[in-house]
Amino acid sequence: MLGAWQYLINHPEKLAGWTLDHLQITFVACGIAVILGVALGVYITGKGKEHIADAVLYLAEIMMTIPSLALFGLLMVLLSSLGLKSIGFLPAIIALVIYAQLPILRNTYTAIREVDPAMIEAGKGMGMSERQLLLKVKLPLAVPVIMAGLRTAIVLTIAIATIAALIGSGGLGVPIVRGLRNARMDLIIVGGVSVAILGLLTDALMSRVERWVTPKGLKRR
Amino acid sequence: MIKLDGVTGVYPDGTEAVKEVSFEVEEGELCVLLGPSGCGKTTTMKMINRLIPITEGKIYIDGRDNTEIDENELRRNIGYAIQEIGLFPHMTVSQNIETVPVLKGWPKAERKKRAEELLELVGMDSGEYIDKYPSELSGGQRQRVGVARALGADPPILLMDEPFGAIDPITRVRLQDEFLKIQQEIKKTIIFVTHDIYEAIKMGDKVALMNEGQLVQYDTPANLLYRPKNEFVENFVGADRALKGLQLIRVKDVMNSSPPTVKADEKAEAAKERMEREGIDWLVVVNDDGKFLGWANQAELGRGETVREVMSPPAMTATVNTVLNEALSLMLSSRLNTLAVVTRYNRLVGVLSFDAIQKALSEIAQRGESE
Repeated sequence: MLGAWQYLINHPEKLAGWTLDHLQITFVACGIAVILGVALGVYITGKGKEHIADAVLYLAEIMMTIPSLALFGLLMVLLSSLGLKSIGFLPAIIALVIYAQLPILRNTYTAIREVDPAMIEAGKGMGMSERQLLLKVKLPLAVPVIMAGLRTAIVLTIAIATIAALIGSGGLGVPIVRGLRNARMDLIIVGGVSVAILGLLTDALMSRVERWVTPKGLKRR
Repeated sequence: MIKLDGVTGVYPDGTEAVKEVSFEVEEGELCVLLGPSGCGKTTTMKMINRLIPITEGKIYIDGRDNTEIDENELRRNIGYAIQEIGLFPHMTVSQNIETVPVLKGWPKAERKKRAEELLELVGMDSGEYIDKYPSELSGGQRQRVGVARALGADPPILLMDEPFGAIDPITRVRLQDEFLKIQQEIKKTIIFVTHDIYEAIKMGDKVALMNEGQLVQYDTPANLLYRPKNEFVENFVGADRALKGLQLIRVKDVMNSSPPTVKADEKAEAAKERMEREGIDWLVVVNDDGKFLGWANQAELGRGETVREVMSPPAMTATVNTVLNEALSLMLSSRLNTLAVVTRYNRLVGVLSFDAIQKALSEIAQRGESE
C-alpha cells in the first residue's frame, strides 16, 4: 500500500496519462454504442420486425456471454485476417462497443415497447405520423430507461477496458498488467484502486445526468 | 355531419366487433354510443377516425368518404378525448393542449393564445395551470385538460371515449354539466362513448344503443326510455326508467320562478301573519340584493324579532340547469322538501318543490304508458 502511494507521488503524470487513456476508450466506445444501440433498438421495435428483434436481442445476449479475453483474442485473429491493425485502439473499441451495446439496445427496445398503449393511441388519434409519434411521445417517455441502460454500459465498459490493456489499448489496465508480469504489487494496487474509483465516480456522475435529461414531468418528486 | 353506412368491423382474429351499423349524426349534435362492454361502441367510434380499419361499409364525414382522406389529416381535424390517462406526462398542460396545433404548424403566439383560451373555457385558471405537468393535477383537472386538448385546433368533430369515466361521481356530474354548457357555446358534432345509461340520457341529443356489434336502437333519449324497440332496450334502460326520465328535465322547466320571499330585516311577526294569511308554510329569505340567505318557516317565526334571527341556514342549492334527479338527491340530503335555485352568484331565481318533481314524474309515467 505504502509502495503504491510512493509510486503515485513520484509519477503522478503516469497515472494521469493512464486515466485519460482509459476515459478516452470508454467514451469513444460508449458514444458509438449509444448511437448504434438506440438506433437499432428503435428500429427493431417497428411493425412486423418482431422476428428481427428476437434475433438481434438473442445475438446480443450471446455476445455478452463470451469472456472478454476470448473476444479480444478472436478480434485480433479476425482483424489481422482482414489486414487491419490487430492490436491497440481499434480492436479494443470494437470489443467494447459490442459489450456496451447490449444494455443500451435492450433498454431502448424494452422502454419503447412498454410505452403505455393509451399514449400511443392518443398520439395517433390526434394525427401524429409514425415518426412524430416516435420523436414526440415514445422516445421522450423512454429516456429514463435508455439512460439507465447507458449508465450500466459505461460502468461495464470501464471495467472491461482494463482488460483491453492486454492487447495494447493503454489505460488503467497497463499498470495492472505490468505489475502482474513483474510482481510489482504497488503497480497492481495503483491500477486496481484507480479503476474502482473511476467506476464509482462515473456511476455517480451518470445518475446526475440521468436525472438531468429525464423530461421534467416524469421526474419523481 | 357524420354518416355511417353499413359499417362492419372485423378484427384480424376474425371477431366481428361491429356488424352493419348505419346511422347519421347531424351537425352540432351530441350522439352517445351506449351499450354493455364489448358491444362494439368503442370500435365504431375508432372507425370514424380510422384508428381501427373499416372492413365493409362507408363512413362519410361532411359527405366525404373517410378512407379517401389522408389518415393523419383526418385525425387532425377530429378532436379526440380519451380517459385521463391519455395526457402526455412529459409535456406541460400547454404543450398537451397545443399538440394538434403544433402538428398543423400554427405559429407559436397563436398556439399559446389558443391554449390559454381553452384552459379558461374548461374552467381552469390559465395563469396557474398552463405550465404544470399532468402529475401535478387532480383527476378532474386532467379530464378538463383532456377536453381542452381535444378542442385544440378547433375541430368541427369530437370523439370522446368515456371522457368522464375515471373520476369520482361528484366531479363527474360537475364536468358533465360544464361540458354541456360548453357544447351549447361551441356546437360541435360529437360522438360520445359511455356504458352509463344515466350519462347517455343526460348528455345525448341522440343515443345509439348497441349490443353484440349491432345497433339496436338509434333515437332520442326520451324515445329510448319510453319507446323501447325491444326487450333488450327495455332491460338495458331498466325498470326505474321513470326515475331515469328525471334526467331529461332540468330545474328551469319545473321550478316556481316567483316564490314568496321575505327580506331578512323584516319583522318576524309580520312575516308570520303574511304566511297565515296566504296559507303557506315557508318563505325564502333574501337580502336587499336578492341573494339567497335561508328559509323561514311558520313554527320558528314566533320566536324572534326579525326574520334573520330565526331563519334556517341555506343548506343545498341548485342551478337552473341541474337535472331533476340530481335536484332530487340534493333535496333529500338537505332534508327539506324545497330547494332554492340560485345563479352562480347565489342570487335567488326560483324554488323547486318536491311537489313539482312529483308532478313531473307522474307526467313522465303517463307519457310512457300512453305511448
